[in-house]
Amino acid sequence: MQTFGWPEALFILRSAGWTLALTAIAFFIGGALGGVLAIMRLSRSKWLSRFASGYILVIQSIPVLMVLFMSYYGLSALGIELPPFLAASASLSIYVSAYLAEIWRGSIESVPRQQWEASSSLALTTAQQYRYIILPQAVRISLPPTVGFLVQLVKNTSIVQVVGFVDLMRAGMLVNNATYQAFQIFTLVGAIYFAICFPLSRLSRHLEKVMNASRSH
Amino acid sequence: MPAVLIEDVHKRFGSLEVLKGVSLSVEPGQVIAIIGRSGSGKSTLLRCINGLETFHAGKIEVAGHTMTQDPKKLRELRKDVGIVFQSYNLFPHLTVGQNIMLSPRITKNVPDAEALALAKDVLAQVGLSEKFDSYPDNLSGGQQQRVAIARSLAMQPKVMLFDEVTSALDPELTGEVLIVMEKLAKAGMTMLLVTHEMNFARTVADTTVFMHQGKIWEQGPSKELFANPQTPELSNFVRAGASH
Repeated sequence: MQTFGWPEALFILRSAGWTLALTAIAFFIGGALGGVLAIMRLSRSKWLSRFASGYILVIQSIPVLMVLFMSYYGLSALGIELPPFLAASASLSIYVSAYLAEIWRGSIESVPRQQWEASSSLALTTAQQYRYIILPQAVRISLPPTVGFLVQLVKNTSIVQVVGFVDLMRAGMLVNNATYQAFQIFTLVGAIYFAICFPLSRLSRHLEKVMNASRSH
Repeated sequence: MPAVLIEDVHKRFGSLEVLKGVSLSVEPGQVIAIIGRSGSGKSTLLRCINGLETFHAGKIEVAGHTMTQDPKKLRELRKDVGIVFQSYNLFPHLTVGQNIMLSPRITKNVPDAEALALAKDVLAQVGLSEKFDSYPDNLSGGQQQRVAIARSLAMQPKVMLFDEVTSALDPELTGEVLIVMEKLAKAGMTMLLVTHEMNFARTVADTTVFMHQGKIWEQGPSKELFANPQTPELSNFVRAGASH
């Protein structure tokens, strides 16, 4: 029987790279999409706003696992074969977009109404209001919940193993099946998750402090 | 041509009619105080003049612009009409200087050097030159309000609107804001101000307008209006105001 040694540990570490890559892709693509959705949701156009809230409602109401099954098994039943990595990235991006859209919509809405009034009275266009007045303040408000969500995302990427993708969690399980040294293996897996998530939480707190300092010194 | 012309303006909030046919004409350089109880429609009227509130019937012309919903035309109008709010509404993430320079730069394409000179000039006018690099959070209420006035002035407006600009201030801070406004009035700025400062209305405004139940109830030269109210409503209002 195989024992848990350096090669196995390295295998787990490399898979942690995939977890990170998936998280990053889902966060950036999902974030870009989520930003657009948040603005659409707040748009004065009824259709844009309805479309965005419909999308958000649907995605938030179904398990992300279902989106993943649909994009992998569902599409392949229709003859469109997505490689596991692509299916996983796309599904997670869709999931992320719906949640970040709501977090960011809330942040934008919590910028006081008077900031809109003051800036429109100064003849700014809506785009200029967003760029110079609203978003800089909304970003500050949104930072803690956004990073909080990112930490969740790092851990939630582990569902991609159902389409055969080997991420950090899946790698741990594979090694365990071969070596049966669950305690050592899952201690390592847990430690890696912690090593990714803990600095993120610290970063969020640090950014909050920096941004607070920048407006009163 | 009047600087501000308001003709038979009606406005409803749902079924509540808050402006019931208001007409008012303001000549360039005139200072008009609008007084009245809460709910009399005075703030709503003021906010209609720069399009922050829409109205259902009537017509408003300001500084040669006709009030419209068209965003582009509305922005042109707003470049000529400054407004100062009760709650200052400075942009908290920008310094005083950035607050003032932002709109001239991006809406009127004023070159940076010129915008900087302009900002220093208007800030000197309100007596806060040394606060150029401060953030609003580090200023007192009175100072923030003076910066808000400077920010409006930097747009070089033809008309300035003041919406209860001293109501949120501690009594000892209202003086410094009123002094700035008085200076502006003397310099010939066309001003409409909604105010609870009866003394200020009496001494600085050429004309005072008393609003009651969504209508202009009484108007006239300020000193006469306060000394000699023609309606029981105004006389009650003036008496109640004098008692505190």
